[in-house]
Amino acid sequence: MFRIDFNKLRFLCCDDNAHMRRILRTLLHSFGAREVYEAEEGATALEMYNHYAPDIIITDWAMPIFDGIELAQMIRQPDAYGNPYVPIIMLTGHSEKRRVTMARDAGVTEFLAKPISANGLYQRLLNVVLNPRPFIKTKTYFGPDRRRNTGGSYIGPERRNGGAAEVVPQPSLLDKARAPG
Amino acid sequence: MAPRKTDKKNDIEIARFADHIVIRQPNRLRRAIRRVPEDHIDDAVARAEAALASLAGEFRSWMQVECERLAAAHAAIERNGFSREAVDELFRAAHDIKGGAATFGYPVAADTATSLCRIIEHAPDLTKVPGGLIGHHVDAIVAFVRENAAVRKPGMAEELSVQLRMLADDYLTRANHDRPEHLEAVLAPSIVPE
Repeated sequence: MFRIDFNKLRFLCCDDNAHMRRILRTLLHSFGAREVYEAEEGATALEMYNHYAPDIIITDWAMPIFDGIELAQMIRQPDAYGNPYVPIIMLTGHSEKRRVTMARDAGVTEFLAKPISANGLYQRLLNVVLNPRPFIKTKTYFGPDRRRNTGGSYIGPERRNGGAAEVVPQPSLLDKARAPG
Repeated sequence: MAPRKTDKKNDIEIARFADHIVIRQPNRLRRAIRRVPEDHIDDAVARAEAALASLAGEFRSWMQVECERLAAAHAAIERNGFSREAVDELFRAAHDIKGGAATFGYPVAADTATSLCRIIEHAPDLTKVPGGLIGHHVDAIVAFVRENAAVRKPGMAEELSVQLRMLADDYLTRANHDRPEHLEAVLAPSIVPE
């Protein structure tokens, strides 16, 4: 059995709502985290990401001016100054399938729909620490492998040329978002 | 087909294919993983839930703040019309209640805020949303919190919330009959578990 020493991890939380930041901070500290940095919008979060080099980023989606999707896109630049592989957990009130797809295509690692639960957050954190996925770079995408299935059940067109990449079997982001916290 | 080239540099494995690259790097977070005996007892989730419960005394005042923000955003629209900035603020206020109210113990307010967000997001023209539907949503959310409708149970608050959602969905379905993307989103089930 494995456990995570949260006190060895540095978190950056971005949410424009002070109450939600307080909830998030409380949960992370309860898990054992000590280093939790907070930003109330995406531009500040980007600065803090460059300055503090967090191990995990948890961000809201809907924020004024610079939202969570834009933040993810800015971080997922392969030649960026910071660590473009940092796990990004999107914690959001958006709860529609197309939003999950948009987040996935922006390079988000995990999707957690509000209302937040201690267990839902813990499971996402466990997954990004224990089961990191390879990154895929194409002309239009840089981020965690969006294929989570190795089974032969996929019947759509093959969009990758030059051989299929080895993928790590995991539930799809949508399936996980639908699963009870 | 095998990859055209495989590089190894700085511990990062790079496998190059015709139109994509697969990058594997060592788990940078491995330092935080510790193996413990199967009988190890440290329920981090229970600890976090207890910490969350300890905040419960503040939830009512938090919800009042959220409601004041929502009411102010709606009042601004009533005064000055549906400007882009005013609609954005109304949406964000409703969206924050949608995401937070259930955590704060007001699930019925969260349901109604969800319905309000759907109207703002999917109505083709907010000025044509019928008779006070937006205002009724705002008023209901504020009333649910004021009357402390904190627990989901059959009653007037839940019935009102359901009726508002039905009215909103009925309007959105009719208004989006020729906008398939919106119609699909309106009719799609939520991914949030019950």
